[in-house]
Amino acid sequence: MLLETYDRGDFCDEMFDESGAVRPHYARVAEHLKHLHEAEHKRKQTAVDLAFMRGGVTFTVYNDDQGTERIFPFDLVPRVIPDTEWQTIEKGLIQRITALNLFLHDIYHEQKILKDRVIPPHYILGAKHFRREFMGFNVPKDIYVHICGTDLIRDRQGNYLVLEDNLRCPSGASYMLENRAALKRAFPDLYRSARVHPVDSYAADLRKVLQYVSPPSLTTSQPNVVLMTPGVFNSAYFEHSFLARQMGIPIVEGRDLVVRDARVYMRTTSGLVPVDVIYRRIDDDFLDPTVFRSDSLLGVPGLVHAYRSGNVSLANSIGTGVADDKVVYYFVPKIIKYYLGEDPILPNVGTFLASEPEDRVFIMENLEKLVVKSANEAGGYGMLMGPWATKEEIESFREQIRANPRNFIAQHPISLSRHPTWCHGETDGAFEGRHVDLRPYILYGEKVTVTPGGLTRVALKKGSLVVNSSQGGGSKDTWVLHGDN
Amino acid sequence: MSETTLPLPTAQKPINDRRDSHVMLSRVANSLYWMSRYIERSENVARLLDVNLQLMLDFADLNDQQLKEHWLPILCSAGDEETFFKLYERADSESVTEFLTFREENPNSIISCLFAARENARQVRDQISLEMFETLNECYLFLKSKNAREVWQSGAHEFYEQIKRYSHLFQGLTGSTFTRNEGYEFINLGKFLERADKTTRILDIKYHILLPSVADVGGAVDAAQWQAILRSASALEAYRRFHVEDILPRKVAEFLIFSTTFPRSIRSCMEHLDNDLHRLSGREKREYKSAEERAFGKLLSDLNFLTIDDILAEGLHEFLQKIQTTLDRLDDHIYQEYMYHPPVDIQAEILLHQQQMQQQQ
Repeated sequence: MLLETYDRGDFCDEMFDESGAVRPHYARVAEHLKHLHEAEHKRKQTAVDLAFMRGGVTFTVYNDDQGTERIFPFDLVPRVIPDTEWQTIEKGLIQRITALNLFLHDIYHEQKILKDRVIPPHYILGAKHFRREFMGFNVPKDIYVHICGTDLIRDRQGNYLVLEDNLRCPSGASYMLENRAALKRAFPDLYRSARVHPVDSYAADLRKVLQYVSPPSLTTSQPNVVLMTPGVFNSAYFEHSFLARQMGIPIVEGRDLVVRDARVYMRTTSGLVPVDVIYRRIDDDFLDPTVFRSDSLLGVPGLVHAYRSGNVSLANSIGTGVADDKVVYYFVPKIIKYYLGEDPILPNVGTFLASEPEDRVFIMENLEKLVVKSANEAGGYGMLMGPWATKEEIESFREQIRANPRNFIAQHPISLSRHPTWCHGETDGAFEGRHVDLRPYILYGEKVTVTPGGLTRVALKKGSLVVNSSQGGGSKDTWVLHGDN
Repeated sequence: MSETTLPLPTAQKPINDRRDSHVMLSRVANSLYWMSRYIERSENVARLLDVNLQLMLDFADLNDQQLKEHWLPILCSAGDEETFFKLYERADSESVTEFLTFREENPNSIISCLFAARENARQVRDQISLEMFETLNECYLFLKSKNAREVWQSGAHEFYEQIKRYSHLFQGLTGSTFTRNEGYEFINLGKFLERADKTTRILDIKYHILLPSVADVGGAVDAAQWQAILRSASALEAYRRFHVEDILPRKVAEFLIFSTTFPRSIRSCMEHLDNDLHRLSGREKREYKSAEERAFGKLLSDLNFLTIDDILAEGLHEFLQKIQTTLDRLDDHIYQEYMYHPPVDIQAEILLHQQQMQQQQ
């Protein structure tokens, strides 16, 4: 009865097809909502919010000196993906990370892809996050990207497209796990009857990956693995401590570590204890003031030296950011073809490079119709949403593009699929369509594992396409079913 | 060419080639210890205030001077006088309880203690159980809400009950959900060190309180105050079970110092501390690691041989002060031994590692 007034609008709706009928894989959810009273739904929503607040499942907002803690809004209606659809997504993600990993190995070694002119060399050699100093350096097991959180969106026809790869320190896996736990508490019967793939193995899988890439020189099979955080004031600190707790490994800050004779040690109650593998949730630039930013107090002097000496492993490896460059993103379909000889299973969003003369002319002529993005920003920053932008914003971007074309790409706006989401209206709540994306988590160790589902982020503001938590985004539990309905 | 002189990085503690899951960061040990101390402290302050507010109900018509004489010793036992008089002019029920409950300027107020406990818990969120964190976080959210002041204003007793319950719940959950590893020793050390210290301070309050007149010694006021002392240490019922006779000052002091069965007595707390110290150091019973530990061990064994009469002859106040000093030194020893690492001089470290990398290339 809660969905009676729902308007699917002129979008691809996850739950309803074009005729307005419930899609088969949402049958159980629809049935459940049919029998659910508004008051009960509200009560469950309040209980979940409260549980998140109590458990400190929060991120910190820094617009005041209090450092207010907020929960990442969680919508109780799950996003459901049928098995067949998921299998395609999974294959596509494995294909993509495999190719990107080969690409990273190549550009830090022979650079065949550049010599073969598949990618113009200046794009790579001049990329902001290309780490020239790691040319010829071998990472354990040749794995560069151990943890990846690819952003997928769906266009008006319902096709899944890759929006971003996120090969540095993708966050959000803790919310995937906490959302699932919350949903199981709120709707146990619905969950049981729906036959959903569990996600709980994420932490154990991650730990296995970290152990697998321990330094080859290490003789013991029990490496000391730690998670390195910028500290308790980082907005993602909850996630860091959550994952450390799930994996049963220490969470360390830069000040807990010290390097002696190219080995990393942690400062413990029984003296200095060696560290073998670091799951670092801190960007390359802040890892080691000796090599990168000397003003960084978050890192550890000598860490890079220890890494280069092969005495400690880092996940992800240093230098993966180059493949996150939005200009490099443009070439990923070619990268897949080049290394694997396959066509991409998950296509890119159509992209134009401002640094290619032909594309640039098109971009400049159509700024008000396009989405423009800076090559190395994330989190929804440094973006122009042409159709919704003011004249001033458009002109400002025009200037910026002219000044530094290498730093910009443009894409046709994708409408993003929508999903029924509980929204607080003026007087009462109601289900309304809100745009969603999907961030599945991929782990690359002995084999590549994709946790079924991932984090569905939802733009809670009416009409908004920005799903980032820092800009009014929320999230949903994501179900991959055992069958197709 | 002479070599350029570089600042040498500070020497660090010795290397211990361990690869097991029991490794504990020094920072973590420090946070667990203080988390636990702050919670115990907040509970003691809550009890002290609750008991004394109730006590005051029986003495309705006290003048300013008398009020001050009553509250000042309590203020001294739980916080510092100087900060107080910067904020308030008069020491009365209202101002002292507010200062010791809500004032963030007072680092030992209930609110400061519990905020600090929760901040420490956040630092070691991965180490403690979900239940422990939730309890402390709920307490924090309660204190941050407007509700906290409202509850206090409408009935201080209920407020202090709530604070005590959070502490009891937290300590109970620690017992039932926290792994018995090194971290547990640090939690216990924090708890028992704070408890022993607070018991000495509660007992010492009576030393500071001047009775309205000499004639009141042994009278109704005196008895009520000694009873308040026992209740401030949660010891009234235990005392009654142990001593059928009336509440006698000598017996109260004896009970709070020497009892081997009451868990808040100084001796009980010190026995616990002794066990935890040995578990941490891995030494045999009666073997002590440092001068501070030895001084502590000596004091503990004194308690086995002294009587209350010996202590009263020496001076109760002096004896209690000796305990406080010994515990302070022990606290410092624990810090130096397990939590402190020589600071890293970032500039010296950067130079050292740049040099090492150049040599390698």
